[in-house]
Amino acid sequence: MAEHSERDDLASKVIRVIAQTQRIPVDSVKIDSTFEELKIDSLDGINIVFALENEFSINIPDDGVQNLRSVRETVEGVRKLIQEKQETSETVPPGAA
Amino acid sequence: MTRVAVTGLGLVCALGENVAECWQTLCQGETRILPLADPGNPPYKIRCGAEVRGFEPLKHFSEKDLLLLERFAQFATVAAREAIAQSGLRFGSDHLSDETAIITGTSLGGQFTEEEGYKRLYKEGNSRVSPLTIPRTMSNAGASRISLEFGIRGPVYTISTACSSSNHALGQAFWLVRSGQVKAAIAGGSEAVFAEGLLRAWEAMRVVAPDVCRPFSADRKGLSLGEGGAMLVLENWAHAQARGADILAEICGFGMSSDAYHITQPSPEGPVKAMQWALRDASCCPAQVNYINAHGTGTQVNDAIETEAIRTVFGENAKRLLISSTKSMHGHTLGAAGALEAVATVLTLKYGIVPPTANFTAPDQSSRDLDVVPNLAREAQVGIAVSNTFAFGGLNATLVLRKAQ
Repeated sequence: MAEHSERDDLASKVIRVIAQTQRIPVDSVKIDSTFEELKIDSLDGINIVFALENEFSINIPDDGVQNLRSVRETVEGVRKLIQEKQETSETVPPGAA
Repeated sequence: MTRVAVTGLGLVCALGENVAECWQTLCQGETRILPLADPGNPPYKIRCGAEVRGFEPLKHFSEKDLLLLERFAQFATVAAREAIAQSGLRFGSDHLSDETAIITGTSLGGQFTEEEGYKRLYKEGNSRVSPLTIPRTMSNAGASRISLEFGIRGPVYTISTACSSSNHALGQAFWLVRSGQVKAAIAGGSEAVFAEGLLRAWEAMRVVAPDVCRPFSADRKGLSLGEGGAMLVLENWAHAQARGADILAEICGFGMSSDAYHITQPSPEGPVKAMQWALRDASCCPAQVNYINAHGTGTQVNDAIETEAIRTVFGENAKRLLISSTKSMHGHTLGAAGALEAVATVLTLKYGIVPPTANFTAPDQSSRDLDVVPNLAREAQVGIAVSNTFAFGGLNATLVLRKAQ
């Protein structure tokens, strides 16, 4: 249950970032919306990526950006990067950073 | 070669947010060079400027559009909309869309966005800057927006030659229409100068007046910066006549030259050549000219050199010319200056009213024997007018305009 609400929390944060960046109502962005449906073009896409990087303090690689075509893919991509970041920070011995 | 009609004007600057408002302010001789809304911290030495106060971007654009439109591009688009609406031209699927050019001028481009990026990088130590930085700052952002909005698909480009940018743009557009390459052109310029880094840079040059600029006046102490956008619709004369368009004036000559002398210090020879070549291009002789909308920045050097050049070109006729610098009211809008002043010159020809040189107190050596139309607008039948711009870098551009007939 806890995991489920965390998932929802992340999805709603990503949806909020997309809506704010696109200047569209948050209700118009659904987890299953495609970028095409939301009229998100390539330039919008990199602007969303920039906002997501700032929001979650992550680095989204260039090749990952090309594959984002939907809100769900974006949420999953962000989740993966957050997890990787957490794992990396856990493996660093105290004081090594 | 065809004649070139002006069939539309658009203007947003410190004088107003449309042509009618601006013209009224010009005719009243009212300066809009006022204390800066943001005096800076620490305070700028530049205390006054001609800002477009009360300009609300959301009145003109959606939030989404504004992500990609810096202030200078907003001014360009708003001015182009007014000019195109007045012209009555419609750009659809016909050939006119392919046979219309857009040529804009800007000295700086998207200065605010550039400075924001540098603040993030160097002040905040943040290595990530907005991915919209490039499309927002590029100097052709205004021209491209106008092209996209109206579906204009002919030659579209932007000229950046400091304070001559939009006179060069108008001159190029004029030649494109006159040569038959295009049927119409949207040409002009825009600038948004009140960005912190830029104000510090102008401050360091020590050429900005402490209060207001006073062109040709004995107590002049420098220029005043201004912002805004100005666009003109130029059109093949026969095309305009055939569709019953209201022809506001004619552009009949253009000349340009480079001083090849000094990067900031002007010399009279370059301006003389620009004016002479523009008159030759217009098949006019100096005696036919009634009015000069001067570059008239209000710096010691510009006004002395410009008046010397005018005396050289016009000889004895210089004394009966009406010469005014409308920069005394709307400030020096850098890359937009030529277009803004071309709009003022078209209106002068159309309405027979010469806007004054405001803030004038007393003549000096530069203006001793010239009529600089001090402080009060004057009714006068103007048949042919000249509009000058002289840029840093020694680049001079002169337009010749004629009353529509």
